[in-house]
Parts: sequence; C-alpha cells; structure tokens
Amino acid sequence: MPSSDNYESVVGKANAEIASFGGREKTLIDRFHHALHTTPALVPLIVLVSAIIVFGLALGSRFFSPFALTLILQQVQIVGIVAAAQSLVILTKGIDLSVGAIAVISSVVMGQFAFRYGLPPGLAVICGLVVGTAIGAVNGWLVAQMKLPPFIVTLGMWQIVLAANFLYSKNETIRSQEIAEQAPLLQIMGAKFEVGGAVFTLGVVFLVLLVAVLAFVLKHTAWGRHVYAVGDDPEAAELAGVNVKQTLISVYALAGLICAFAGWALIGRIGSVSPTSGQLLNIESITAVVIGGISLFGGRGSILGTFFGALIVGVFTLGLRLAGADAQWTFLLIGVLIIAAVAVDQWIRKVAA
Amino acid sequence: MEPILKGRGLVKRYGRVTALDRCDFDLMPGEILAVIGDNGAGKSSLIKAVSGAVIPDEGTVTLEGKDVRFTTPIEARAAGIETVYQTLAMSPALSIADNMFMGREIRKPGWRGKWLRQLDRPMMEKLARDKLTELGLMTIQNINQAVETLSGGQRQGVAVARAAAFGSKVIILDEPTAALGVKESRKVLELIQDVKSRGIPIILISHNMPHVFEVADRIHVHRLGKRLCVIDPKDYTMSDAVAFMTGAKDAPEAA
Repeated sequence: MPSSDNYESVVGKANAEIASFGGREKTLIDRFHHALHTTPALVPLIVLVSAIIVFGLALGSRFFSPFALTLILQQVQIVGIVAAAQSLVILTKGIDLSVGAIAVISSVVMGQFAFRYGLPPGLAVICGLVVGTAIGAVNGWLVAQMKLPPFIVTLGMWQIVLAANFLYSKNETIRSQEIAEQAPLLQIMGAKFEVGGAVFTLGVVFLVLLVAVLAFVLKHTAWGRHVYAVGDDPEAAELAGVNVKQTLISVYALAGLICAFAGWALIGRIGSVSPTSGQLLNIESITAVVIGGISLFGGRGSILGTFFGALIVGVFTLGLRLAGADAQWTFLLIGVLIIAAVAVDQWIRKVAA
Repeated sequence: MEPILKGRGLVKRYGRVTALDRCDFDLMPGEILAVIGDNGAGKSSLIKAVSGAVIPDEGTVTLEGKDVRFTTPIEARAAGIETVYQTLAMSPALSIADNMFMGREIRKPGWRGKWLRQLDRPMMEKLARDKLTELGLMTIQNINQAVETLSGGQRQGVAVARAAAFGSKVIILDEPTAALGVKESRKVLELIQDVKSRGIPIILISHNMPHVFEVADRIHVHRLGKRLCVIDPKDYTMSDAVAFMTGAKDAPEAA
C-alpha cells in the first residue's frame, strides 16, 4: 500500500501548516478560550481577584485585612456548603430546590432529638445527617427511577420538608444558651480560632475541606467522571456502561448529606436551632453555582468555581456594606453577574477546534 | 459449526408496531456478518435485542451455546459483546481517555487506588493512545482533549477503538462508516479486518454496499422484521442484494 501511505503523509504535513498559521493569527483569544474551556473555574477566579483588588484599593485596610477577609469566609460558609451540594446536582443537569429546607430540617432534627428525646448530642447529630441523606435519596429515587423532572421533584420536596419542619418543631426555637449548656457539640461548627488576626471557624474549615475533597473525587474517581457523563448525555453514558440511575441517586443522597452538614454549621453560625432560618439558601446556592461557572445544562464546570462564586457574593456583600452603599446595590450587581456568567458559559461552549 | 451468537424467534413490539417478527439470527465464529435492510426493516431492533439495549418480548438469545438474557448493555458488555452505536455513546465534554474507559476505569495500584479510589490517568491515557495509534488516528494530538473538539471521523475512530480494545467475543458496529470521509472509512474497514484476524467475529450494519461487499463473509438480509435470507457476497451482486432487501426480487430458496 505505498500509494495510500504517501497520501496520508501529505495530509499530515498540510494539517501542521494550517495549524501553525491559524495559531499565529489569533493566539491570544484562542488560548484564552481554550484555557477557559479546560479550566472553567478561571472566570470566577478572575472576577474574585479583581473584586478583592478593587474593594481593597477603594476601602484600604478596612477591607484588605485578615479579619475582614476571613469574615467573608465566615459569612459564606453555609451558602458555600449548600452550594457545593447544589453543584453536584447541577452537574447532572438537575437542580435541587430543597437544599435549604433539608439543611434546616436537619438542624431541627439535631436540636429536637437532643432536647426533646434527650439523646446524646453526638447521636442527635448523626440522626440529623441520616435524615438529610434520606431526603436527598428520595429526591434521587424520584428523579432516577420515576423519571420525574428534578425541578418538579425538588419543588415539591421543598414544600413538604419545610412544612414537616414547622409541624415537627412546633415552630419552636431552641435557645443558644440552652444549647451551649447542655449540648455544646451542636454548636461546634461555630467554634472560632485565630491565626494572626484572621478568624476561622470549624465551619469554614469544613467548607474548605469539603471543596477540596469534592474537587478530588469529581476529577480523579470513576464516580466523579460518571457524574459529568450523566450530566453531559445520560443516554450516551448509559450505553457506554455507566449505571445512570445509581449515579443520580447517589448524587442526590450525597447532596442531602452535605446539606445536613450545612444545617449543623447553621447551628454553629446562629447559635440557636431555628426552624425559620436558612430560607434564602436555595436561591443563594444556585446563584453561587451559576456565578461559579457551572453550566445549568449539565456536565460542565468545577466545584472550585462554585467556591469562588460563593466568595464573589461574599466579597460584594461585605465590600459594598463597608463602602456604605445601599444593600440593593449588592443584589443589582449580583444579578448582573449571574447573567454575565451564563453569557460566558455560552461563549465557552462554542468550541473552536 | 455452532454459531457463537444465535437468536431464535425474537419478537419486539413497540405499541402496535412490530419491529421484530419471530426473527432468527446467526453469527458464526470468526466471521464478518453484514446486516442490511431498508429503513424501518428492524435492523437496529435486532442489534439492540442481542446487545441488551432492548429486551425482546419473546425469543431466545444464545451466546456460545448458553442462553443469555441481557437487560442492560452493561450486562452484554460484561459477557464480551461490545457495540459501537450510531450515536457513538460518548460524552462530548469529557476527554478521549475518559470516554474510552467510561464504565471500566482503571484505578491506581496501591492505597491511592484502594482507599482514595483514585484513577490511574497516566495508564489510561497510555492505553488510549496506543489504541488510537493502532487505528492510525494519530492526527489527534492530545489524548486529553474533549471529544467535542474532534471531527466526526475522529469521534467514530475513538468509538471503534474503544470497542476493539474491549470486545472479547463479539463486536457490533452500527453504521461505522456513515459519518466518515474516504480515508477514515478505509481505516475503519482495515480495522474491521484486523479485528477479524484476531478471531473476533463482527456484526456490521451498513447501508454502504461497496463496504459491505468488500468485508463481509455473509450477508444477513433483513426485511419486514425478520431474516429474509443470508447470502454469500461472492454469489450475488450488489444490485441483487438491494433487490432482496427492498422486495423487488424474491429471496433465493436456500439460505
């Protein structure tokens, strides 16, 4: 087959020439586009760093201090944890509207089991985590097995869980002092420690560890790859040998577990166990995920992006408050960011060969 | 000689539509069997029924003399039947290596694989690269590039390479050259011969008569949900085959 060999080698040469020619023409945009395509967390990181620089220059040491910057971490810890759960679900092309409700009912279960039934705090916490996981697993089962749309399933679950939360807790708040006296373990996520002016809580440490672990799992385990494959094209994933149903159920269950941890961190943050807390967690977590560059169309984005997305919201909130601006400016800017983030997502999706 | 993969009396109905009507099917060891038929004749249903993608309502499938009843493609794959679907079944946003090892990832040896369940990326990338080189797809520069950045022909090549790498008993190719250019089609046909020379039988579904007549040992003509006849490409012309599958000409008596 000498003739076909020659033919191929000619094609090989031609390809290389065209490639290098194109490269010289539009290197910068191409490379940037390619970098964004392979590292989706880059956009929120750039926005985050520029926001910190801008507020740092405008506000000086009031903003640019270890105390203020770690205060942002404390303020976003709950949303950050919930957003990590939301990221997993959104990566599978789903959405979880019940995240906030799961977090709250988990915290209520932890509190009530310890106080109403007198369980040891450790056991009560475990019960809370189990309840969160179970609710998530039911979501997953309805989505994977019954083939119901995630939006509808979790919209319903949100109402059910929230109502159950009020009915079960009888709308009672467990006061902070009581918890501190009888079951301090419930507040442990709020425990503070200082490193040279920077103040951290265990909840913040948990958030950072959670993001690190999830980043590893999503990138370097078969399960993580399957999450992306299911979000990208569930039929293709199924035919390629992925157990789509099991992957979906595990994702929703894990999201429930993470939300339950968020509920634990919530007790640490506000001190008390309140059935009315955490009402905005749904929207705030979706906001963080979207600003973090995870595609609502599934299969694209990274958990680091979500982390940056949550921090961006935190930086804007604190920065504008310190600057004395009306709080509405924060919402306005975050709205702009959301739309911009989706526009960037669409641009990244346009694949330049 | 006993067929390696055998279907008997397969029936599949979708509502009032009968896609398979008491269909028989035989694949002999080491052969290339082409399945041809008009659109809607039930070729895809037949292939799906033997590869586990659909569960036949009636009938039996026998692999190496043993009755099998696949309920998912995963079970068929575990039994050694590898399928390249027309849709290719790849995740566009994931890399070539990720796609090739989807569902059968290799973990790192030692504690990182066992406890952290960490994937052995260098190993998977190396194997993927080897397979693609075998197929002559080295125009792909980066094994970590997303599948969506590949051309149609390259994607097809990756899908075929995946099947060739893992198929141990039967490889099914559904329209493998439909999306390909001249050069890439040639590569795929060479690969089919290559796989055959390793002793693995192949089922080839195709509309491309020159390709079918070039590589097939026997041709299964499918019409109206069942096997009309099996012909030897050496005894008939392409126009005969087209006449049989469209009903323009009666099928020969002896199969």
